[in-house]
Parts: sequence; structure tokens; C-alpha cells
Amino acid sequence: MLSSTELRPQGDGGGGARIGTRAAWIVRRYWPSALLLFGSIAAWQALASVPAVDDLTLASPVEVAGAMRADGTLLLAQAQVTLVEVVLGLGVAFAAGAAAAVAMHLARPLREAAYPLLVASQAIPIVILAPLFVLAFDYGIGPKLAIVALICFFPITVNLLDGLRGVDPELLKLMRSLGASRLATLRRVELPSALPSLFSGLRVASTVSVIGAVFGEWAGADAGLGRLVLLGNNQLETPRVYAGIVILTLMAVTMFALTSLAERLLVPWSAGSAGGTRA
Amino acid sequence: MPAEGAMQTKLEAPMREPAPSSEVAVALDGVRRRYAHDDVVALDGLDLRVRRGEVVALVGPSGCGKSTLLELVAGLQEPDAGTVAVWGGCAARERLEACAYMPQRDLLLPWRSALDNAALSLECRGIRRGEARRRAAPLFQRFGLASFERSRPQALSGGMRQRVAFLRTLLAGSPVLLLDEPFAALDSITRGSMQEWLAGALANEPRTVVCVTHDVEEALFLADRVAVLSGRPGRVVTEIAVDLSRPRPRRETLTDPTFVSYRERALEALEC
Repeated sequence: MLSSTELRPQGDGGGGARIGTRAAWIVRRYWPSALLLFGSIAAWQALASVPAVDDLTLASPVEVAGAMRADGTLLLAQAQVTLVEVVLGLGVAFAAGAAAAVAMHLARPLREAAYPLLVASQAIPIVILAPLFVLAFDYGIGPKLAIVALICFFPITVNLLDGLRGVDPELLKLMRSLGASRLATLRRVELPSALPSLFSGLRVASTVSVIGAVFGEWAGADAGLGRLVLLGNNQLETPRVYAGIVILTLMAVTMFALTSLAERLLVPWSAGSAGGTRA
Repeated sequence: MPAEGAMQTKLEAPMREPAPSSEVAVALDGVRRRYAHDDVVALDGLDLRVRRGEVVALVGPSGCGKSTLLELVAGLQEPDAGTVAVWGGCAARERLEACAYMPQRDLLLPWRSALDNAALSLECRGIRRGEARRRAAPLFQRFGLASFERSRPQALSGGMRQRVAFLRTLLAGSPVLLLDEPFAALDSITRGSMQEWLAGALANEPRTVVCVTHDVEEALFLADRVAVLSGRPGRVVTEIAVDLSRPRPRRETLTDPTFVSYRERALEALEC
């Protein structure tokens, strides 16, 4: 697929050439990862083919691919359920985390009171909380959202708060000398400055959100990939379990990639993105 | 057309006029400033007067409290003893209102275009972005920044960035400009041309200016009067009135015998 985009520039000049160099960059950047991935899959296949290894213990990549083809509709339907939990949970965490971080930034007493509690909330194992949430919110999407949101809230809040507090003090002095109101300083200087930091939090949150959704489904659910994996395990459907895990992993990687893409588009001045380093 | 544009800009960037009676713009009397956290006395017994429309440069060794002095005048700090007044007003709010402060670093926001960075000071006064842009744009023509309006700060040279920062200061509309080592970060060739540019800009938009620098030549080239500060704790050791009309042609001025004798006096004062 990459090679076809690479071939295009010879045909249609300027715009295509840029796509070509971009594709070349992607190939150069990611070929070691791709190589490692294919190597691992090959090793996995080889290991699973050893007669001494029980098929129930380890499904080979070929068997996993077979399960994906055979149960494709089922897996996709369940993946959709989990994806909705992940995206909505992240949305809730983002709204709550952003509001909490801004409030804690603006009100120092609130920050001093709430920060230790925020850290303590991270010490509670989600595995223990999940069944309690199911008791409180019943089956359905409620407890899953609560768990995803709880697990994602911390990285979003802490990173955004750090970003807001880390603004160059000289810049704040400048805004004061320009007669800017507290709100104008927040909107024009502090929030934009904190965006790169917020996105680090969002990247972490986007990957752990999938783990949160799986925990939520394990505590009690009637649908979702997490539940499918758990049931498959009980029913000794090893290839289907592996297929579920592969899809969950792809989901987490995609969420991460989408967050990085959003960062590149919204924070082009950040050192982390390609635009900034070129200048 | 360009003449008309220039006429218009006088109205586009209005300066809030002070009370017409006052001739003294900035007055510091017996100012002392001590930093409690490291027990450093930055300024002690400092007296300084700046008249309306005057350009005063402060020179002194590093760490003599030059930046502290500017922040005191700007209303960003309070003296531990003595008084700081701008147009007779001692309250921090009055000083903040009357002064536009240009910090040492340009502090341009990387997510804003050059035009929006300059317009920031108008936005901070509650003017909508569209209107702020409309008012800032003519100044880009007048101050040698035409066609750079949409550039990001990262894409501008050091000198260009300082120009944008200066326009931001000018657009704050305050009668007193406080410039903290405006060209310290530039290479010497750029610095020379920026000094000429600033002298031209001030001829174009006359303001009362207090400019801090550690470069004696820069101080004498730009200012009507140069105040030499002592080492820490800083106070005014000597004042040199530069009796040359502004703006001055740079090359001729630097070799002018009068200018050279001023420089001798300033360097001598700095040594003791």
C-alpha cells in the first residue's frame, strides 16, 4: 500500500511529490517496528507449531486469523460496543478533567485541598472498584463509562494542571503589564501554552481507556470485546480470545495515533510535532 | 496612498494623553528595593526624574537592579522605601495604566501570527480581535514589517521579532514606554540597525521612554539623557545630557567628537 503512494509522484508533480516524501518518511521511520512485529509473528507461529504446545494454550497467528474471518461479524459488533464505551468515557474524562484542572489552577485553596485526593484516587485498584460501580450503576454502559472516565481523568487533569502552572512567568508579567484580566490571560496565554502538556495526558489516557473498558466489562456486561474475551476463555475458544486481544490492541493504538494526529493539527508550534522542528 | 495611510495610523494607534499640566512623567525618590528571599538590596537611595517626551537610558553593570527599576516604574513591583510616581500617580494601577513595558525577551506567542502578536495589547484592553488586527495592520507598513503580518514568530529573524514586540508595546497606547535591554539578544550588526530603526520609530511616534541597556554606545545614541547606575545596590552615579538632536545618523554620530567625549565620561563613571 505504501509503495503505491510512493509511485504516484512521478505521475502528478508537486502535490504528489509531497505525499511521496511523506510516505518515504513513514517507511523510514517505521520499518524497524514493522520488521520487529513480523519477526514476532513469525516466532509466534513457529512456537505454536511445535507439537508439544497445546492448541488450547497458544493459538497460532494462522488460527487467530481464521477466527477473525469466521467470527468477523460477531467481533466487529462487540468491538463497536467497546469502542463506544472508550470514546464516551474519554469524553467524560476530558470534560471533567479539563474543568477540574482549570478550577484547581484558578483557585489555589482548591488545588491544595484536592491535589492529594486526586493522587490518592489513583492508588485505588480499578479491579476492585469495577464491581462496586456495577452495583451502583447497574449493568449497561453506566459503570463502563465511570471506570474509563476514572482511569483517564488522572493523566488528563494532572498534565493539564502542570501545563497551566508551567507557563513562563515572564509571559504572565507581560500580560499583567498589558492590563489583561485573569480570564484573558487564561484564554490567550495559559490554555494555549498548556496544550502540548494536555496532549501528553490525552495520549496516555487514550491508551489506558481501552484497559478501563475491558475491566468494566469483566465486572458485569452483556456485550463488548472484554466480555467476549472472558467468555471465550471460559469456553476454551483460544483463537477467538486472541482475536479479541488483537482487536483491543489495534483499538488502543488507533486511539493513540488519532490523539497524536489531533495534536499535530491543533498544536503545530509544539516541539513534539513535525512542523515545529522544521523551522 | 502611502501618505494617507500614514496619516490614518496616527489615529489608529492613539496614545492616552496624560494630564496636560504635568511636565514630569516619571519620578523616583529615595527608592529602595530589597529581595527578601536572597537578602539582596537591588536599589538603594535612587532618585530619577524623566520629563515628558524625554528618552532616558539607564546604563550600569550587570545585576545593578536596572530591570528591577523598570518593573517598579511599570507597577509590577513595589518599592520597600521611597516613592515611584508616573504622572504624579503612585498607585500600582495608575503606573500599570500609564506605562507600556517591553521585556528583555520578545515573548511572542508561537501560536499567533506576527500581526496577532502585536494586536495582543489591544485585545487585552477589551478590543475584539478583528478590530485589533485592523488597527495594528497599518503599523506593520510604517515600521518596516509589511508582508510579515501572517508570519509565525518562529519564522522571523531576531531583529524582526523585536520589531513585532516593540509594536505590541506601542499599541498598548501608553504615554510611557519602558524598554528592558531591547536588543541585548541580537548580534552586533543587527543591533546597530535596530537602534537606528528604534530612533526612527520614536521620531515617528514620540513617547516618553525609559530604556535600560548595558551598552554605553546604545544608550548615548538613543537617549536625550543617560543615567549611569552604580553596582549593587544601584543608585544614579552621574547623569549625562546628550546635546544632539534626535534621530541621529548612526555612523556620523558614533564618530562625532562630542559623542566620543560623552562616551569617555560614561565609561569613566561606570569604572568607579
